[in-house]
Amino acid sequence: MPLRIEIVSPEKRLVDRQVDMAVVPGMEGDIAAMPDRAPLMLQLRGGVVALYEGDKIVDRYFVGGGFADMGAEHCTILADSAQLMSELSADEARDRLRDLETTWAQIEPNDVDTHDRLSREIQSVRAELEAAEGGASV
Amino acid sequence: MPSLKELRGRITGVKSTRKITNAMKMVAASKLRRAQSQAEAARPYAEAMGRMMAELAAASRGSDASSLPKLLAGTGKDQVHLLVILTSDRGLAGGFNANIVRSARQLIRTLQDEGRTVRLLPVGRKGADILAKEYPDLMVERVAGTEGRDVGFDKAEYVGKKIVSMLEAGEIDRCTLIYNRFVNAMSQIAIQLPLVPLSVAENDNVDTSADAAQYEFEPDEATLLASLLPRNLQVQIFSALLESAAGEQGARMTAMDNASRNASKAIDRLSQKYNRTRQANITNELIEIISGAEAV
Repeated sequence: MPLRIEIVSPEKRLVDRQVDMAVVPGMEGDIAAMPDRAPLMLQLRGGVVALYEGDKIVDRYFVGGGFADMGAEHCTILADSAQLMSELSADEARDRLRDLETTWAQIEPNDVDTHDRLSREIQSVRAELEAAEGGASV
Repeated sequence: MPSLKELRGRITGVKSTRKITNAMKMVAASKLRRAQSQAEAARPYAEAMGRMMAELAAASRGSDASSLPKLLAGTGKDQVHLLVILTSDRGLAGGFNANIVRSARQLIRTLQDEGRTVRLLPVGRKGADILAKEYPDLMVERVAGTEGRDVGFDKAEYVGKKIVSMLEAGEIDRCTLIYNRFVNAMSQIAIQLPLVPLSVAENDNVDTSADAAQYEFEPDEATLLASLLPRNLQVQIFSALLESAAGEQGARMTAMDNASRNASKAIDRLSQKYNRTRQANITNELIEIISGAEAV
């Protein structure tokens, strides 16, 4: 298993292990990190990072946006926040989504930056909620 | 000469002070261990961030300065300086806060002598109190410190966003962070770290490896750089906050260790005085009795 994957959040390193493949949620679509790929720097949206050993997914992590640095032998994910999928809480995500949507309704219509930021946050929390609910049923 | 009762009282007083300083030392020592391990845990992120920044800065070096984000290249002016000053919320940490304030004061004076405008953004109550008294017109905002608890990334995020919004609004041209770098429990060094414009120039010289040029970026360099830069700023502030938190506990530990030792010395001195006085009293009484007996 020649690909070394690291998932680090500002507070700590969550994952540092060898896998066969990792699928990461890029801003413009999911991208798989595999051994011997060309170096790529990627901005992430809120979504699920799936770690593969062979054809099987061994672990799923939810990352709330961030960056990834991929190379021939490594894939480093700088996550704004990261959590093991099984530890996600749908209720907590739902609460946060509600808060964000209230803020969304209150902001100035021509404040483009805040709109941008909020819509990204809302998207990320929606993805988290989806992941939490989906994860519970699997 | 103080009476025996007074001396006894003082000895008990100093003893209870020693008990407190000793307890504070122990607490600081365990908090120091925590703070150090937290700082260690945060290092991989900062390192990876530094690597990415170096790659990106190298890739976008070709473009001209005016198109680069202000965080990287500055505003092109050098008039208004923002100083972010990290101190602790609590005292009893030796010269920890005084060092920072002294360093800040020096920088403020130099900048003002050069005719520049200085604005202050202190984080932590101790520094804010002193600086607000000395430079009330320069204060931007007081940010509460961590109150001895674990440093959260949200604090760094808040300060980082504040800096970016001031920069975007054209209120500041440069930004410098002043904080205590943790060396060991005995010593912390006051550091002045320029945050804006960012100094990656020296990193990327080291990092210009053969594959650096072949990096692909998604989205393009400029967009990626624009979102990576504020994050990088926050990470720098976060690691400074962690260093400062560890330094605070180290400084407090040393200060309290000294205080305990001084208290022990004071107790020794007082006990000696107490014994002497007691002996003198006894001798006096004896002399009185003997001379009384002789007189008869």
